[in-house]
Amino acid sequence: MTSAQTEPQAAISLRGVVKRFGAITAVDGLDLEVTPGICFGLLGPNGAGKSTTMRMLTAQTLADDGELSVLGYELPRESKQSRLQMGVVPQLDNLDVELTCRQILTVFARLYRVPRGERAAAVEQALQIANLAPRADTIVRELSGGMRRRLLVARGLIHRPRLVLLDEPTVGLDPQVRQELWSLIDGLREEGVTALMSTHYIEEAERLADTVAVMNHGKIIAQGTPAELVRAHAGELVVEVYGPPGRLAEVSELAASNGWPSRRSGPAVAIMRAEELNGDAPEGVRRPANLEDAFVALTGQEIE
Amino acid sequence: MSAQAGAYSQAENTAQRRIHRLEPAALAGVMSRDVAIFGRYWKATTFSSIMQPTIYLLAFGLGLGSLLPHIAGLKYEQYVATGVVATAVLFSSAFPGMFNTFVRWQFQRTYDAVLAAPVDVEELITAETLWIAIRAGVYGMAPLLVGFAFGLEPNAGMLLVPLIGFVTGFGFAGFGVTVAAVAKTIDNFNYITSAVLTPMFLVAGTFFPIGQLPTVLRAIAKINPLYHCVQLVRDASLGMLQVADLGHAAVLIVFALLMWRVAIWRLGMRLID
Repeated sequence: MTSAQTEPQAAISLRGVVKRFGAITAVDGLDLEVTPGICFGLLGPNGAGKSTTMRMLTAQTLADDGELSVLGYELPRESKQSRLQMGVVPQLDNLDVELTCRQILTVFARLYRVPRGERAAAVEQALQIANLAPRADTIVRELSGGMRRRLLVARGLIHRPRLVLLDEPTVGLDPQVRQELWSLIDGLREEGVTALMSTHYIEEAERLADTVAVMNHGKIIAQGTPAELVRAHAGELVVEVYGPPGRLAEVSELAASNGWPSRRSGPAVAIMRAEELNGDAPEGVRRPANLEDAFVALTGQEIE
Repeated sequence: MSAQAGAYSQAENTAQRRIHRLEPAALAGVMSRDVAIFGRYWKATTFSSIMQPTIYLLAFGLGLGSLLPHIAGLKYEQYVATGVVATAVLFSSAFPGMFNTFVRWQFQRTYDAVLAAPVDVEELITAETLWIAIRAGVYGMAPLLVGFAFGLEPNAGMLLVPLIGFVTGFGFAGFGVTVAAVAKTIDNFNYITSAVLTPMFLVAGTFFPIGQLPTVLRAIAKINPLYHCVQLVRDASLGMLQVADLGHAAVLIVFALLMWRVAIWRLGMRLID
């Protein structure tokens, strides 16, 4: 066992982690350090290695190389101890469809070793948190998609974990359900829970994460607060030029020939770092740079 | 509220948890899930476990039995009722081993959720297999109860039947889990059902003695764990236990332990990548 339990330490620490699947290197020398008590956003396009990283933190995927520790426990050897104090909200719904909300939460209260006398109270509290108390005895099959998601979150919090892993927590949800989940996740931070959240939704990272790491091709390519990332990689101001396709092509060409960083943004061309152009920028809508600009500048990939 | 976060885990921490294999709390947790699910379908399971031996006894007992009143020195209902115990155990363990494993792992992905909790692969599979074995042991009694209605006489040795069913069921559950771990799709189970399980259940001395079979088939029957289960159940239920039954018991125990480890090995390879 590490001596780290007494001294202040990272909630999650990965060093030089590599994971290959055949010829594909999903995680390629990943370094990651999550300080306790924050919401850490792992932002990256599909296939960046986020889910593989998440699975490695529960030792369901074993790294080929590198060092991993979670809550001071070394993985994979001491993974079981770390899993006792960690909750997981998976990307894919893996609820028992034949059971009721209460039954599922009770089973997981046992799996997470909530003491017998406290189980019923833990289940009630989880039902409250997820706003599912009126549906406690409904079979999962009969729940809506949003309710199932909330139940997944409640299941991951049943033992009041110190650390929560959220893998694409709102993927495929409608905006209203997404808002509900966001406030739920935001509430975790208030309670001092550390959260590691993977997402490919920029807005999600921007709204919830204290620190964002941009992941691409299996490694972290930039890290900081959302504001820092925007300033460092997209500047302050963006000019968006709208127009017919011919005009957009012209603007793109102009930007390229002048060496201005630009990208296609829906029906417009966005020119970044407009504050540095001293009025040379073409006419258009001026707006502050955002995390999406930084993300595209970093990964070269548009958001879906 | 921050004082509340991690309240349970801190209690665990002060106890300085060490890593143990096969922790009872983990096994009980996984089995509590099986019990909850069983609560949904026990009626159907119980119904079919009573119906099946009834049909076998009616068809074979009244049909064939009227032609051959005695078989291997036993009344035919004695022979069939005890034989059907073994088939009940086989089907109530191999099928759940195959289908439940595949569905929970591949379709519902519940095993992913369980393994994210402090439960390891060995505990998960052991608990699932144990649960199936317990159920097989209990439901293995059903054919005897039905047999009573057909004139089978109660015998103290029948109290051993749940234990025999448990050990046999543990082995076949492990076999089922292994099949699920190796199968590419759930349709591949048809190969196992038709090419392995069906012959296994016929060539085991369930409905007719294996002594009448050609030498090759007789030799195959002897390595069939179900044959040893049938012999043991029959000898115990009819008060004919003898030294040879220790051999049958030994085969079943070795089969159970072997399949248990193979199941953990094969499914473990698929669950952890």
